[in-house]
Amino acid sequence: MRKWWLKDIVLLIVGLAVLVGANYILQVLPIQGMAYYFRVIILIGISITLAVSLNIINGHAGQFSLGHAGFMAIGAYLSAFVTYFYASPYLEKLPEGLNRLVLQNVFFLGAVLFGGLCAAIAGYLVGLPSLRLRGDYLAIVTLGFGEIIRVIFLNVEKLGGARGLSGVPAWSNFIWVYFFAWMTVLVSMRLIKSSIGRAFLAVREDEIAAEAMGVDTTRYKVQAFVIGSFFAGVAGGLYGHYLAYLNPAMFTFMKSFEVITMVVLGGLGSISGSIVAAIILTFLPEGLRMAKEFLHMNSDPRMVIYSILLIVLMLTRPQGLFGRRELWEILARRKDTVPKETRDQDKGKMNRTSGPSISE
Amino acid sequence: MQTFLQNLLNGIASGSIYALIALGYTMVYGILKLINFAHGDVFMLGSFMGYYGARMYASVTHQPGAPAPSWAMAGIILVFAMLVCGTFGYLNERIAYRPLRSAPRIASLITAIGVSFFLEFGGQFVFGPDPKFFPTLIEKHRLNFFGIVTTSYQVIVLVVALIFMVMLQYIIYGTKFGRAMRAVSFNFETASLMGIPTDRIISTTFIIGSVLAAVAGILFGLAYPKIDPLMGIMPGLKAFVAAVLGGIGNVPGAMVGGLLIGVVEAFVAGSSFSTYRDAIAFVILILILLFRPSGLFGKAQAEKV
Repeated sequence: MRKWWLKDIVLLIVGLAVLVGANYILQVLPIQGMAYYFRVIILIGISITLAVSLNIINGHAGQFSLGHAGFMAIGAYLSAFVTYFYASPYLEKLPEGLNRLVLQNVFFLGAVLFGGLCAAIAGYLVGLPSLRLRGDYLAIVTLGFGEIIRVIFLNVEKLGGARGLSGVPAWSNFIWVYFFAWMTVLVSMRLIKSSIGRAFLAVREDEIAAEAMGVDTTRYKVQAFVIGSFFAGVAGGLYGHYLAYLNPAMFTFMKSFEVITMVVLGGLGSISGSIVAAIILTFLPEGLRMAKEFLHMNSDPRMVIYSILLIVLMLTRPQGLFGRRELWEILARRKDTVPKETRDQDKGKMNRTSGPSISE
Repeated sequence: MQTFLQNLLNGIASGSIYALIALGYTMVYGILKLINFAHGDVFMLGSFMGYYGARMYASVTHQPGAPAPSWAMAGIILVFAMLVCGTFGYLNERIAYRPLRSAPRIASLITAIGVSFFLEFGGQFVFGPDPKFFPTLIEKHRLNFFGIVTTSYQVIVLVVALIFMVMLQYIIYGTKFGRAMRAVSFNFETASLMGIPTDRIISTTFIIGSVLAAVAGILFGLAYPKIDPLMGIMPGLKAFVAAVLGGIGNVPGAMVGGLLIGVVEAFVAGSSFSTYRDAIAFVILILILLFRPSGLFGKAQAEKV
């Protein structure tokens, strides 16, 4: 058997190298107000993680979830809990130096993964009962769970409660944010080509038929939910440690709406679509801010323009920017009319990815 | 006992406002299977039209500052808000939802979110983001029933809400239009084959829903006179929960659901768990959906293969 994971490891190393290089270039670029652009770029990275992870639930498995902000809040608060109360005080006793820097990043990685894990557990607990429901009912129940999670954090005084938690160590940076965005995309792409991903698609296309063919629909729906929630939690951890501040008001269902908008605008089920839409919709309000400053306007119509653009985009392309296809499939369409996905289904490839877990 | 009755009364007053908003959700969902997320913001628009209507009324009748409270003014302002919201409801359906009727359902859900953002941010842009104080349209009296303190406002809220609910019930079950509406909700395609002008029915449904939201907005302004452009989000969401609770698409269910949510919230707000007030509606919703997925009054639908 070929060692298929070799390709992923190479991709990972190349990706990391590109990230470190990009980070260096972005920091030395002599552009005025670079700090601001840098901030926008990092927020885009977090949006990509969120949109691609929600795309696993909504796009691939076809389960309409409106509670992504709740899982993001769990990741944000619980990872901040670790760094704020344990890691940061411990590090402060150590002398400055490389040692401390390395430890800081190790702790940060651990905290973010811990936050993601907690979000995944929450996703399991929420998903197990509520995934019996379908369509709009599922949407409204996940929305309800998201709000309940937010109200719970509003009442935890140790984590700041309604005042918010300020002084979260600002350990998140360009490399971490894009590393996790990259990981989310990679996992999502590997997943969709695996037997799990095939089961997701079967559930999405026709749940009853999938069940009749022996697909354990509940199990796969919960799996999609858990994986999506994990990365939402990771994104939350990155977000909190980048802004160095957390407040339950940051995780209302408006945030969930923003993410679902990205997924639908990009095209449900299209990974590259989610990425492009995440970039557009995160950049749009900031781009409009620049336009506003350029035009010297007093009041702020940018969010109004944003919402009008959202409506117009949806009216002109109801199936999303890319539909269900990926960017490269659209680019390659002229050469070959058969979608790449179906061409790949030869026997060798099926064997390669038929294992139940991705960490064989 | 006294606090129990007091909470019950407060709950019924806020619950009847939820019920009025929930009716709009449930009618639209019953016909189009669309969660009209913008509906809560139409409610906000209604409140603001009350605010600006009162100011316009004051300048027309040459009363500097706040106009003197009177029933006539309240009536005029109510009609004004209903007209504006009704028009908005019509345009909303016409521009944002009708072109997408044959597209996947999620597309119109996203435009609904877009319209909701448009009203919220547009409200902040046009009206200003800071809270405003709703004018006193009608004189306020304190009433005392055997030790339970209430205001005339709570009674007005309840009575007006009841009047509109009865009117709606008559429209749906007593008129030709209502029969057409029920037919469209039962089966869209068959209804259109039977010669029912479905487009017109859907437009009218949106107008009725928005008008009811305007009424709820004015009543809300009377009872809780602090209004701001984001005030529609939470009541809108809870009204939707109320609609699901009663069985979505079911009009009496929406009324009962709204009252139930209002009363339970009032009891939670009056207890030591008052900070969990915003979560309780969703807890009820989840419990109901897990044990009775079609809502309290909804009929369970068999799954068709």
